[in-house]
Amino acid sequence: MKLPDFDYHSPTSLDEAITLMATPNARVLAGGQSLLPIMAFRLAAPSALVDLRKIKGLDKIEITQDAIHLGPMVRWRDVERHEGLAAALPLLTQAMEHVAHYQIRNRGTVGGSLAHADPAAEFPGIAVTCDARIHLAGANGKRVVAAGDLFVGPLETCLQDGEIITSIELPRWPQARRWAFEEFSQRRGDFALAGIALFYDLDGERRAQNVHIGVIGATDRPRRLPGAEAALNGQALSDEVIAKACAAACAEVDPPTDIHGSAEYRRSLVGTLLQRALVKASS
Amino acid sequence: MRTVNTYIGSPVERVEDYRFLRGEGQYVGDLVREGQWHAAFVRSPVGHGVIRNIDCSAALAWPGVKAVLTAADIEGEIPKIPFRRPNPTIGPYAQPIIASGKVRYFGEPVAVILAESAEIAEDALAAIVLDIEQLPAAIDRQTCMSDKVVLFDHPGSNIATVFHANKGEVDAAFAAADVTVRGQFSTQRQTALPMETRGLLAEWDPKSNHLTVYGAAKLPFFNRKTMADLMGLPETAVDYIEVDVGGGFGARGEFYPEDFLVAFAARKFHKPIRWIEDRREHLTAIGHSREAECDVELAFSKDGTLLGMRGDLFVNVGAYVRPNGMTPVRNAAQFMSGPYRIPAIHLQAHAYVSNKTPAGTYRGPGRYEGSFFIERLMDLGAARLGMDRLALRRRNLVTDAEMPYPLAPVLPSDGRAETNCDSGDYRVCFDKCLEEFGWAQKAEFDGKLIDGRYHGLGIACFIEGGASGPSETARMEIEADGSVAVYAGSSAIGQGLETVLSQIAADALEISIDRIKLYHGSTTYLKEGWGSYGSRATVMGGSAVIDAATKLLEAFKVAAASRLKLDPSELTIVDGVARAKDGRSVPFDEVASMEIKADGRFDNWKPTYSYGTSAVHLAVDPGTGHVDVIDYTIVDDVGRIINPLTLHGQVTGAVVQGFGSAFSEELVYDADGTLLVGSLADYLIPVATDYPHVHCVSMESFPSPINPLGAKGAGEGGIISVGGAVANAVASALRDFGVQPSRMPLNPQRVWELIQDGKKALAST
Repeated sequence: MKLPDFDYHSPTSLDEAITLMATPNARVLAGGQSLLPIMAFRLAAPSALVDLRKIKGLDKIEITQDAIHLGPMVRWRDVERHEGLAAALPLLTQAMEHVAHYQIRNRGTVGGSLAHADPAAEFPGIAVTCDARIHLAGANGKRVVAAGDLFVGPLETCLQDGEIITSIELPRWPQARRWAFEEFSQRRGDFALAGIALFYDLDGERRAQNVHIGVIGATDRPRRLPGAEAALNGQALSDEVIAKACAAACAEVDPPTDIHGSAEYRRSLVGTLLQRALVKASS
Repeated sequence: MRTVNTYIGSPVERVEDYRFLRGEGQYVGDLVREGQWHAAFVRSPVGHGVIRNIDCSAALAWPGVKAVLTAADIEGEIPKIPFRRPNPTIGPYAQPIIASGKVRYFGEPVAVILAESAEIAEDALAAIVLDIEQLPAAIDRQTCMSDKVVLFDHPGSNIATVFHANKGEVDAAFAAADVTVRGQFSTQRQTALPMETRGLLAEWDPKSNHLTVYGAAKLPFFNRKTMADLMGLPETAVDYIEVDVGGGFGARGEFYPEDFLVAFAARKFHKPIRWIEDRREHLTAIGHSREAECDVELAFSKDGTLLGMRGDLFVNVGAYVRPNGMTPVRNAAQFMSGPYRIPAIHLQAHAYVSNKTPAGTYRGPGRYEGSFFIERLMDLGAARLGMDRLALRRRNLVTDAEMPYPLAPVLPSDGRAETNCDSGDYRVCFDKCLEEFGWAQKAEFDGKLIDGRYHGLGIACFIEGGASGPSETARMEIEADGSVAVYAGSSAIGQGLETVLSQIAADALEISIDRIKLYHGSTTYLKEGWGSYGSRATVMGGSAVIDAATKLLEAFKVAAASRLKLDPSELTIVDGVARAKDGRSVPFDEVASMEIKADGRFDNWKPTYSYGTSAVHLAVDPGTGHVDVIDYTIVDDVGRIINPLTLHGQVTGAVVQGFGSAFSEELVYDADGTLLVGSLADYLIPVATDYPHVHCVSMESFPSPINPLGAKGAGEGGIISVGGAVANAVASALRDFGVQPSRMPLNPQRVWELIQDGKKALAST
């Protein structure tokens, strides 16, 4: 489990990084908490690593009137400890509790997590649930993709060769928004067997509107659960309504079976966690 | 003036920690030799197959690669690794030091790459072209035991041995029984997982024809003999050197194929060869353990008295029988009765080979498995009898009046067929455990749904064999500065050996502990020695140290007397000084030039038996199947406590390791024999924050009569009863669903499935 041979670059500007990324089979190094183990296991053998750590400004957290902007090199500990974020997007701060262990949270980054696209990772789930917009830059210019379109499959994104995530933009929340994050893993910090991120707003008659439910761990990529959302939109959250939403969620996920959990078990977890999240959000 | 026995029994802080906490530990991975080559092993990518061709040409052409070895480089017949505990039938199943012709498990070594760096050696692994024709694999018990797929053409059967544990008239016992209870249970394949993976550095000195192997652990003397035999060298031409060792737990330090191949390469190429196992290969290569099933029955009279036990055990020992591969199998048969008085026993333990990594020992070998089986049956028996499970156990625990209490002898014998429990009253720890745990107070939670979780209590009792024979040695020498060098045949595998033997030596010599210098584990110190296995180092090594100390003091007395021109009987020794009545005295350092030394030895085939009881309170989340251990209490009697700090640490560690067995660790194979577990993200060991509430209490009410310390092997016991206690508590918690766990581990998915099955069964009645 030694790393294969590779070239290492640590450019000081984004332009330089984009130029270096034109090297065939180059990969961005943004914390390395997933990429380096994968390389040690010889599951990836990039020709070059382009480390973003020396590029100024990529670790910025900016909260404006309309949006939260996270630089790709924002580390989990930066998110965890940012007071403004805890108020502006409490769902994200809450999810951080489940991200691996503190040693990993000291190094792992939001951009790295999105690009790695682990279906069990928390941040991609938050990005999808919260309608994040992902800003990309490459040799062919800049573009923006919706988080929901970024993830194609397990460890697979729509990023083109040489493209770098330059910023993650999350819409601001109304103060009164209801939200919850629930995850289950066998040990604290392990990959999620299933997880649910959700929020909704209440209308004047305390009916749920604008319901967003995202699932991680129990699907091949983070995704929304439109069936469960539809079961809740326009409804006051009663036990009966929650039960219907959970049944819809279980029906619309298609979990994988592996040594950590069967499809049937993961499907059931989705229902259990959604039920718990809805109870928490509504209380 | 010092008093006798100041150190033994005191919480002396570990003398090792000073070094470790400053990062000054020296593990085999820290050793570097000028011009050393690095080894990487090409391992079988399939569970079962015929080797058609191994093309090494591309690897040999790889820049930095020095050589590649395969079976073709071994002259004559491929040597097989000998058994530590032989028996008449296992001969054909011994493991060859490299695969030739056939591969029989995923990860079996087929070639060795030698390169100037470990990175290059690993790079070149991908350049070896293996042509292996895959064969159907024998993975599960049915396939293996029906000989549908046979691993060895000779003798043509996958059954390596059937052990019989026999005692009393079992058929008569069952005929006379009022109540019988029968069950099928299983424990899962695991490994010991020492934090430091294996590693070796071998050096060959062509001038003196001498081989030195660094990285010894557990059994330096046996491994030296094995190495010398396999290499056709005299034993004196081989030395095993122990450096710091990051855990053994029964698996690290046995003789493996890599041990031979690294040394063989050092001799062939006259180069120091280093190999450090990585975690992924560790999971495929080091001894596995614990894959056992049973179909066993207990017979009771209606007052709950145990009358008999009979049935079958089935142990998957992997592709070959390793040096200690039969230990868990025969142990499971002999120790399944545990601490209970069972007058009639007939168990057959079937050891069968399969296309999986060969098995060996893991802490509490066979004992953990057997304890889980019988403790589940005791709870089922109590329910059948309509008796309280505590009362049923207490009635059947062996008492002081019955000592020495004979366990069922096991045949075929490996020289240790018979054994007796040495001392103790097993009810004492039982009662103390209930009191420490607060069973009476906690009983109100048992089986209750509280805040969404089902609470349950469980109990299990155990005995722990220790002080494995046959012998141990020690030597002492007075040094020029008046300190005493103690050379011990026991080895340190992280258990605090230096501390404990120093305490014993200091007390025996009646000097301060900082005058003891302990040297251990290497074959260079002593002509003969054994090592650390079977909870033996404190008892066997400690008793040898006492013998050496007694002789050293006699030799010192003689030397001092000759200097003072007195008769030795006229001297008394206090604090390393011989004193005459006339006021003259001779201290240790004054006679150092006279080379005062003594050899000590302790021979003993009788094991010690620590014993104890553990109780657990847990809560089950029915939605996720997650089990939270709220409180775990273990009370053991270890005969005599040498160091309460190290003992407490050992017992706590063993309990937490047991939680790994009970809840999460499992080595999973697919039907073709591929190991699906490749990292610690797949093999879920307990982490520091998982189980915060473990409460250990140790007693010394009944010293062992078979050694001068009165001590018993201890620490290992903590792991033995965890599976039974936990499974019983899960059953108790989930009684509303009729849940009766029979298969381990109780990971969240399995617990959830048990609840679903229970719900379905309830709905259909």
